[in-house]
Amino acid sequence: MAKKNQFLSCEAEDQLVEAPFINLQLTEKYLNICRAMSLWPMTFGLACCAIEMMAVGMARFDMARFGAEVFRPSPRQSDLMIVAGTVSKKMAPLLVRLYEQMPAPKWVIALGNCAISGGPFCFKGQYGIVEGVDKLVPVDVYVPGCPPRPEGLLEGLFKLQAKLTGKRWWPLPKGVENND
Amino acid sequence: MISLAQIPIPLIKIVVGLLGILIFIGLNGLACVYLERKVAGHIQRRPGPFEVGPHGILQPIADAVKLVAKQMITPKGADPILYWSAPIISFAPAIVCFLPLPFGPSLQNISINIGLIMVLAFSSLNVLALCLGGWSSQNKWSLLGAARDIAQSVAYEIPLLLSMLPIVLLTGSLNLADITAYQGAWPWQWLVVKQPLAFIIFFVCIFAETNRAPFDLPEAESELTAGFHTEYAGMGFGLFFLAEYSYMVVGCALATILFLGGYQGPVAPGWWWFLIKVYGLLMVMIWVRWSFPRVRFDQLLNLTWKWFTPLILINILITALVVKLI
Repeated sequence: MAKKNQFLSCEAEDQLVEAPFINLQLTEKYLNICRAMSLWPMTFGLACCAIEMMAVGMARFDMARFGAEVFRPSPRQSDLMIVAGTVSKKMAPLLVRLYEQMPAPKWVIALGNCAISGGPFCFKGQYGIVEGVDKLVPVDVYVPGCPPRPEGLLEGLFKLQAKLTGKRWWPLPKGVENND
Repeated sequence: MISLAQIPIPLIKIVVGLLGILIFIGLNGLACVYLERKVAGHIQRRPGPFEVGPHGILQPIADAVKLVAKQMITPKGADPILYWSAPIISFAPAIVCFLPLPFGPSLQNISINIGLIMVLAFSSLNVLALCLGGWSSQNKWSLLGAARDIAQSVAYEIPLLLSMLPIVLLTGSLNLADITAYQGAWPWQWLVVKQPLAFIIFFVCIFAETNRAPFDLPEAESELTAGFHTEYAGMGFGLFFLAEYSYMVVGCALATILFLGGYQGPVAPGWWWFLIKVYGLLMVMIWVRWSFPRVRFDQLLNLTWKWFTPLILINILITALVVKLI
């Protein structure tokens, strides 16, 4: 998992914000639960991983069960950017602009090997691909795979919810241990 | 110090009524969001929101809290006063629209003899709000969405108004309580039997007036990002949504009062009949949204100018003749 503080995308990690004037920890806790349960993703697909992202929205995997099916086409209304696919150097400035257009608090999931590290395009002499979207925007959850299965993206969503609220909300599949 | 007895009774009535209406609008927004997403899910053979609370019942609350807590962004180059007044202008008249609606035999906030005109006048203010929002947010998608909305609303306002005229001719009143009282308890005594064409045109026009699919061109997501509310984040967007659901209920309530007998039912007339009919019509609206694709803009305008307006004019003429002769 990436940086601890969400709101400091441009600042260094040790430059923490001052303590709030009125500290409402309990309110903050419930607020975060509400935020975690209604993560609206942006309609934003870059390459083949976007097909898997669409599959997650469809009937078989159905992200709607966890309140995250409201794919908003406008960045102003979305909370979660799923970077689904290869980020080319042409696309990089637009990706940053879209991220900056989203209102805080906002989160990013890097979906697939290309978005994590450049994936198969990461070789000597390549010139067109950004090797890892975390060089552009802060990433909260990395979902590996080429492309990841839809269950992988669902698991990434659960990880993000766990990051927001501090606990995992949904039962683990059989034979899997929680290694958070 | 003013004693309680000095406050005029109508003022107390209106304040209590407004409070009740605000509570109703809030609850209705939550219920509609849940209903919409659940129905959408089941139509697409998936469960819809399921895990947040039992059967996803807490989902709209989580959404509402999240929207309230989002950052408020005023885009660069936008006119801040117009930009932020648009959602309020969109939402505030919806409250007034609920005032003259008779929910039950004694559940009407203000009984005025021009109730129908009042509802229509205030509900058309929504167009102004969408126009302001689209114009002031300095975004080409917003502007295009607003332009489409104005063309659509101007076109559909005419058959919407004309489709209510036969009812007024038949009942001889603009007071919504009188119109309800004119109809009987049983379905064959309702005005939809006498005016089926007017009912169909009225109901289709409500779809267009509230920007619901298949007439949701002002916010066509595949063409215009999010239409007139592209730049609205957080509660600005939330207010637009709340207003849309409120106008849907106002439209369905008008259809219920004018055509389906209002609060009257075969057994035990009361507000429950009214709510059953209103939410039945609302379910039809949601059902249509998830079943039909969006129309093209020329189809939309052809439908109203070439079909609805002439048909409803003929309908009025025939109704007037029959009322005069009998």
